[in-house]
Amino acid sequence: MNNRVKMLLIMTLFACISGGVLSFVYLFSAPLIEANILEEQRNSIFLVVPGTRDYDEKAKDGVAYFECKDSSGTLIGYALPIEGNGYQGVIKLMAGLKPDLSELTGIKVLQQVETPGLGGRIGEKGFQEQFKGVKTEPAIGYVKNQAPEKDTDIQAITGATISSRSVVAILNKGIEKFRTVQ
Amino acid sequence: MASQDTKKDEGRASRASIEFLKGFWKENPTLVMLLGMCPTLAVTTSAVNGLTMGLAVVFVLTCSSLIVSLVRNIVPSQVRIPVFVIIIATFVTMVDLFLKAFLLDLSKALGPFIPLIVVNCIILGRAEAFASKNKVWLSFLDAFGVSLGFTVTLVFLGGIREILGMRTFFGMQVLGNGFEPWIVMLLPPGAFITLGFLLGAKNSIDRKLAQKKNS
Repeated sequence: MNNRVKMLLIMTLFACISGGVLSFVYLFSAPLIEANILEEQRNSIFLVVPGTRDYDEKAKDGVAYFECKDSSGTLIGYALPIEGNGYQGVIKLMAGLKPDLSELTGIKVLQQVETPGLGGRIGEKGFQEQFKGVKTEPAIGYVKNQAPEKDTDIQAITGATISSRSVVAILNKGIEKFRTVQ
Repeated sequence: MASQDTKKDEGRASRASIEFLKGFWKENPTLVMLLGMCPTLAVTTSAVNGLTMGLAVVFVLTCSSLIVSLVRNIVPSQVRIPVFVIIIATFVTMVDLFLKAFLLDLSKALGPFIPLIVVNCIILGRAEAFASKNKVWLSFLDAFGVSLGFTVTLVFLGGIREILGMRTFFGMQVLGNGFEPWIVMLLPPGAFITLGFLLGAKNSIDRKLAQKKNS
């Protein structure tokens, strides 16, 4: 066979096999991956607004949020999915707020590509738990290398101030926007 | 190199063990060949990251070396590199999808470095230098040994950086609170410094062994 034709045929053959195998793998993994992401978002709602038994998905003026209710159906807070830029890419998080939006009930980082071991630690429990009970007015702030004194502040991660600052900025911006539509 | 196939009868078992074991010390991909530096330096901030990266490479390298060796006689040499890359990329995408579906947290920690295994020179290097010229069984042993050697080195590197940088090993605290963590170990310079010490240590052990042999 002409070598040129053979080259083409072989490459086409391999590309087709590869495409076939990958479609097959994707077919199985795609629903699992999608379920993972949805599950994570769902779980995070219960996490950031403690006591939530049920929630309603709402959207107002382009701002999506979740109304969280306890077992008797009373509104106990809002879960707000927000995102913004971090040090290396987009940070997506879920913020839990009291019904009057004055205080955070918790946050959960859903997606981030910060430096592993440094900024990446915004994904760790210790950092996220600090936000529980932090006041949102006038704005959330941060301090370095010491425990925060004001009830609006959190402590930034050592060596990852930019990532910590980004989380704070994303929260402030998201909450402010949410206030305007409420 | 084609003569390697014809010499198969003499010392087959020892040849096999040599091909398997060389990846751990004599031809360690990280410490001797200095290949795959990008993932080595970037993901080894903790032992578990190093281990996951290593295991992903074990799977990709072993599978792609097997396939490359199987098809080595039907692929025209002019298009062998694109064909190898297609094979490698297929397995890498499989690992990436698998991690996203079953181990989401680890997949997040390793970020873009799993897809980047496609261009990891260890994989294409073994395909080109070994699997495309050797029988399937030997190619399998070579790939398995080299990738396990890579894994061991990455866990070692990640372990040292994690212990000194975060006081933990595989997430368990091993150094007391009195030890102030060396943040620099988690930063890129920490990767270069640790790798430099590991290279130095390996070379000095080799020199001592050689001296012992000679004396």
